[in-house]
Amino acid sequence: MPADVLEKTPTFSGPGGGAGGGGERPGGGPGPSGDGAPGILGDPAAFALWAFLGTVSMLFLGFTSAYILRRASADWRPLAAPPVLWLNTALLAASSVSLEAARRRLRGWDLPASERWLLATGLLGLLFVAGQYAGWRQLAARGVFLASNPHSSFFYVLTGVHAVHLLGGLAWFVAARRRLRRLAYAPGEDGLRLFATYWHFLGALWAYLLVLLFVL
Amino acid sequence: MAQSTAAHTHEAHGHEAPRSFIFKYVFSKDHKVIGIQYYVTAMLMAWVAGLLAMLIRLQLAWPEKTWPGLGRFLSAGFTDGVMNPEFYAMLFTMHGTIMVFFVLSTAPVSGFGNLLIPLQCGARDMAFPFLNALSYWTFLPGCVVILASFFVGAGAAAGGWTSYPPLSALPGTIPGSQAGQTLWIVGMVFFIASFTMGGLNFLTTILNLRTKGLSLMRLPLTMWSMMLVAILGLLAFPALTGASLMLIFDRHFGTSFFLPAGLVVSGQALVGPDGAPLHQGGSPLLWQHLFWFLGHPEVYILMLPALGFTSDIIATFARKPIFGYKTMAAAMVAIAGLSFVVWGHHMFVSGMSPYLGMAFAVGTMLIAVPSAVKVFNWLATLWKSRITYRTPMLWAMGVVSLFISGGLSGILLGQSAVDIPLHDTYFVVAHFHLIMAGAALFGVFGATAYWFPKMFGRMMNETLGKLHFWLTFVAYYCVFFPMHYTGLAGHMRRIYDPYQYEFLKALQPINQFITVAAFVLGAAQLIFLVNFLWSALRGQKAGENPWQANGLEWTTPSPPPHGNWPDEIPEVHRSPYDYSVPGVEADHVMQTDPAPVGERAPHHAG
Repeated sequence: MPADVLEKTPTFSGPGGGAGGGGERPGGGPGPSGDGAPGILGDPAAFALWAFLGTVSMLFLGFTSAYILRRASADWRPLAAPPVLWLNTALLAASSVSLEAARRRLRGWDLPASERWLLATGLLGLLFVAGQYAGWRQLAARGVFLASNPHSSFFYVLTGVHAVHLLGGLAWFVAARRRLRRLAYAPGEDGLRLFATYWHFLGALWAYLLVLLFVL
Repeated sequence: MAQSTAAHTHEAHGHEAPRSFIFKYVFSKDHKVIGIQYYVTAMLMAWVAGLLAMLIRLQLAWPEKTWPGLGRFLSAGFTDGVMNPEFYAMLFTMHGTIMVFFVLSTAPVSGFGNLLIPLQCGARDMAFPFLNALSYWTFLPGCVVILASFFVGAGAAAGGWTSYPPLSALPGTIPGSQAGQTLWIVGMVFFIASFTMGGLNFLTTILNLRTKGLSLMRLPLTMWSMMLVAILGLLAFPALTGASLMLIFDRHFGTSFFLPAGLVVSGQALVGPDGAPLHQGGSPLLWQHLFWFLGHPEVYILMLPALGFTSDIIATFARKPIFGYKTMAAAMVAIAGLSFVVWGHHMFVSGMSPYLGMAFAVGTMLIAVPSAVKVFNWLATLWKSRITYRTPMLWAMGVVSLFISGGLSGILLGQSAVDIPLHDTYFVVAHFHLIMAGAALFGVFGATAYWFPKMFGRMMNETLGKLHFWLTFVAYYCVFFPMHYTGLAGHMRRIYDPYQYEFLKALQPINQFITVAAFVLGAAQLIFLVNFLWSALRGQKAGENPWQANGLEWTTPSPPPHGNWPDEIPEVHRSPYDYSVPGVEADHVMQTDPAPVGERAPHHAG
């Protein structure tokens, strides 16, 4: 559970400091951070999330370098994208939009609306994963498997690793939804900010992979 | 709402001290307990990897002798008392893997990092205590998987700690490439996951949770090293994660990321029933690039904490501020930065464009500059100082010694023209055991003696400690220094019986000398084991600050309570290296002392 994983030790709490006002909660937004540092340094959860995104980026950078090197070999057979991928891309983009809507409703303390938009985000994410699976089936129906040629190998591996990260995002969605239903956020708090950071990152990562695999 | 209020109260005080034994000492979220868990696990793994080294040395000294007793005990590795070549390959593979990842990345980084980061930064705990506990409980299964790999079918991985394909990718090539290699990959994935969780915690804690007044330029150099290690781990390990995943697909699902066409294994061409090659187009070099993109930063993950410990210890026992604090920190940043652009120097013999090789060679040689800055600053700190030769200081000076003797051969090996004849000989084995393994190991021993009070509230025994140091120091040089010579004489790495070659027969006596020294080195570690256990239980009680040192960790009882400080977290007013400050009567000024009016600033203050 991301919410548990982000259980955190308070930032500096010296004399008169205190760990931020009432706003700072696990996985939540930054409260007034007392004597702590301003910006992201006063917000350990956000900082750690960006550091994590850094390490995920390095993973895909490693795959990218392998992909570019491997593509130069003689046995490379370009693969046509399964058509369902374009629908999946639209689904993932829509989920990012709906997450922003949920976030804005939460800030405006319109909780039922926020919950509806959040649910839409999760469902769209789930549909994306299902769509990716459909894409794999479409390829398999054409007789293109994991080991068929290097391009298909990279396609299955990269979409698979991306889907695993997206499943992590869906677990975060479940936790965020539970917090929202339990009214675990304070009025005005940007409670979905970190989840949104992660989710939009996955969207951008998908766009990048799509360009890498089928446009470049 | 009630739940959220409870959560908030809980958070404002950090997590509360657990009461039951199992949550206090086993599934603890306290960074000190987790640090000790990591440390003890790593040291147990060190015994395993050390024993593997003893068997390697036995074989290299007397390959013609039979060992019926050992043969009965290790029946899978011996035939009629003679070691099997496959078993030998497994020994050096697993010795390297366990030592590099599960001992020397773990004890200094995960062990002392967890113990020291909140104590030296003035925090109640690591930024994410649950994630921290999860990190250890991910690491431990990794250890279990790696140890279990010795007992599967054909034995543990035997393709070298670098696991180069095609050897590691084709189960049919050697016995060790069967289930053992699969478990090697699984164990590494556990390790990387745990190291990533740890790295996120390290970086966040050091950058976000420092106490009031503790600017980056007032951090102990150990904290600089931990911060850099975390960055290196987060940016470098993903390359191995990705490569391992692709290797799994090559091994088990028929892809060709690393496997070219035309492979012949045991006289059989790798072709399908239709005569078409099973694999084609893959590049074994691709694995090497990805592996060493991790591998080179990884050796600095081992080294940097030792450099940090050494700086802290030398300043304390020389009673002088560390010379050139800012350049010391900058040198570590430079070493860490350069580590990302020199991986190619591990691959000069694999074949690369001479222009690219030149770039890698120049980058490698550049590392000598910040390294020399560190050495000269240590020597300048020691210059005309009043040195107290306590055990931690001996180890720290041992690190300096090894850093110099191992570093000099690094400058030779960094040049492709020199590396090509010396690569894959014992010259390289000598080099990296002195600088990477030796300095890291001595750093761990120094840190153990120095921070033992903060682990167990007691001092380690000085007599045993000094005996352990001198035996280890002398034996260590006796083992690894002659390897420069055997390497220059042509003794190859990873070879089961060197004396099958006429020109290496003359090296048998010197290899026997090395082996005897290695046995002394191994036996000397029993002294450490006894000292560690005895001192942890019966050692002399340590006060708050037994070494009269300045850092924040010395302002709290030994061992520190849950939450690290019984009262408020102290504020920081100065550098941790204010020893023998002019105009101040005491020979050291705690980091928490407000600066007295009119005090002359020590020369290093920034």
